[in-house]
Amino acid sequence: MNTGIYGQLLDLAAGIFLLAAVLTLWRRDLAAIVRIFAAQGMALAAIALLLGLHEHRWDLVAVAAGIAVLRVGVLPHLMRRALAAGAAAGGETRETQPLVNVAASLLTAAALTLLAYAAARPLVRLAPSPATRALPVGIAVVLIGFFTLVTRRRALSQVVGFLLLDNGITATAFLATSGVPLIVELGVSFDLLLAVLVLQILTTRMRVAFGGTDIDDLRELHD
Amino acid sequence: MSGAHAVSALGAVRGVGAAAMVAQVVVVIGGAPLLTGLMRQVRARMEGRAGAGIAQPWRDVRKLMRKEPITPVRTGPAFRAAPLLLVVTAGVIAALVPLVSTATPVSGSADLILVVAVLALGTVSLALAGLDTGTAFGGMGASREMTVIALVEPTILLSVFALSIPAGSTNLPAIVAGAEHHPGRLASPAGALAAVALAVVVLAETGRLPVDNPATHLELTMVHEAMVLEYSGPDLALVELGSQMRLTVLLGLLASLFAPWGIATGASVGAACLGLLLLAVKVAVLGVLLAAAEVFWAKLRLFRVPELLAGSFLLALLAVTASYFLTGEGSR
Repeated sequence: MNTGIYGQLLDLAAGIFLLAAVLTLWRRDLAAIVRIFAAQGMALAAIALLLGLHEHRWDLVAVAAGIAVLRVGVLPHLMRRALAAGAAAGGETRETQPLVNVAASLLTAAALTLLAYAAARPLVRLAPSPATRALPVGIAVVLIGFFTLVTRRRALSQVVGFLLLDNGITATAFLATSGVPLIVELGVSFDLLLAVLVLQILTTRMRVAFGGTDIDDLRELHD
Repeated sequence: MSGAHAVSALGAVRGVGAAAMVAQVVVVIGGAPLLTGLMRQVRARMEGRAGAGIAQPWRDVRKLMRKEPITPVRTGPAFRAAPLLLVVTAGVIAALVPLVSTATPVSGSADLILVVAVLALGTVSLALAGLDTGTAFGGMGASREMTVIALVEPTILLSVFALSIPAGSTNLPAIVAGAEHHPGRLASPAGALAAVALAVVVLAETGRLPVDNPATHLELTMVHEAMVLEYSGPDLALVELGSQMRLTVLLGLLASLFAPWGIATGASVGAACLGLLLLAVKVAVLGVLLAAAEVFWAKLRLFRVPELLAGSFLLALLAVTASYFLTGEGSR
């Protein structure tokens, strides 16, 4: 593939990847957040596909297909099912009161992005290439995912925060080292699927117990 | 012989550039009410009304100009100077911004920071006029406008900075000419993010939906209308003309930065005429799109406006970081 076009497409995919992470902080509607998460999964698969095509590594292309199936298809489907079950039971479908308000969390995301760029500069200087220059994007998504995880109160947006964190880690692995071995990626993916399934069951149990998924209600442990 | 040729050629370059600049100002003044009329007409048709016609804002201006000027008692110079300042600042920006040609006599001083400062001067003079009347509505509108402007100005600066990094200059004609010669700069993620951020702040700056509703006088929601409530007659005509010119110039700036095709970069008369025609088409298309979108939008609650503007600031910041780091400028 032409190096110039490869660099531009990789920049575009990385840009969409970062933008999707920011948009999850902006939107309140949980259904919209799930859609944005699916778009981010698509951008992540595109990054893996571009790296695979550029370096002629077919195992990476297979990993990209796997990522697309898991993060664009299966995980958003599971979250949508949890959301639909919640809406049917009269639960909240909006992130009404995050611990940090939306304007402040957007500005925090801006600061976290700058922090990621500042922290990744020595890494980029080791081997400047289009992939390593996009490396700060992955780190920024890790930080934004962690921030979402800490400040959101609905169980489902916490799941999205966790998945953003994982998307960021996967993107950083791809951009820094052109992908982890296939077996490790497979293990991580199954781990992720299992975590989301467990969290979905937990959400359902929470709704049965408290009538809502606001995690502030979880004050003590019961057997 | 050749010296005389060179002098006359230089004179021709200056002549065409100056003519293009004058044409920009004349077209903005003459076209701004027509653009507003077009937007109102599109909106009326989409809502199933007949509409007043495209020339109605001009008829309003003529009607207001014939009326007797009245100023409220105990208002000072701030109230009297504001309408004129609003129109003059909009006219100066129309001359500075490369709408038709990048080779005008003032293109050397058409710096981004100067343009934003002149824009803010018009806004601040109107806010001072709102405070000067001493009415409750005037003060409320002025305070809301200042809140919005404090969030809008940094975003305008940042989003155009994102475009100025590849051009290597904050001079607007240089940015536009660079983008016209290298269209790839606009297709980058930085260009797309900056376009969205700038579009949002243009809506906020010109007082359109979803930030402010230009068609209502409801005390809970109005921002711009609250400040100009005390104006009447010729002053009101100037205020309306001034805000229409600001909308036209800002839509023109948006078109010049992100769709610079057809803007004259040399001194040819044909290119300048083509630029003028394309400017009218581009601004009219943007206006129609905006009017059509406004039919479907509701006004945002005032307390959620900072959220929208913080989001657009973030997009502008991401555009700057993307154009600085992703292209490798930072590691050079």
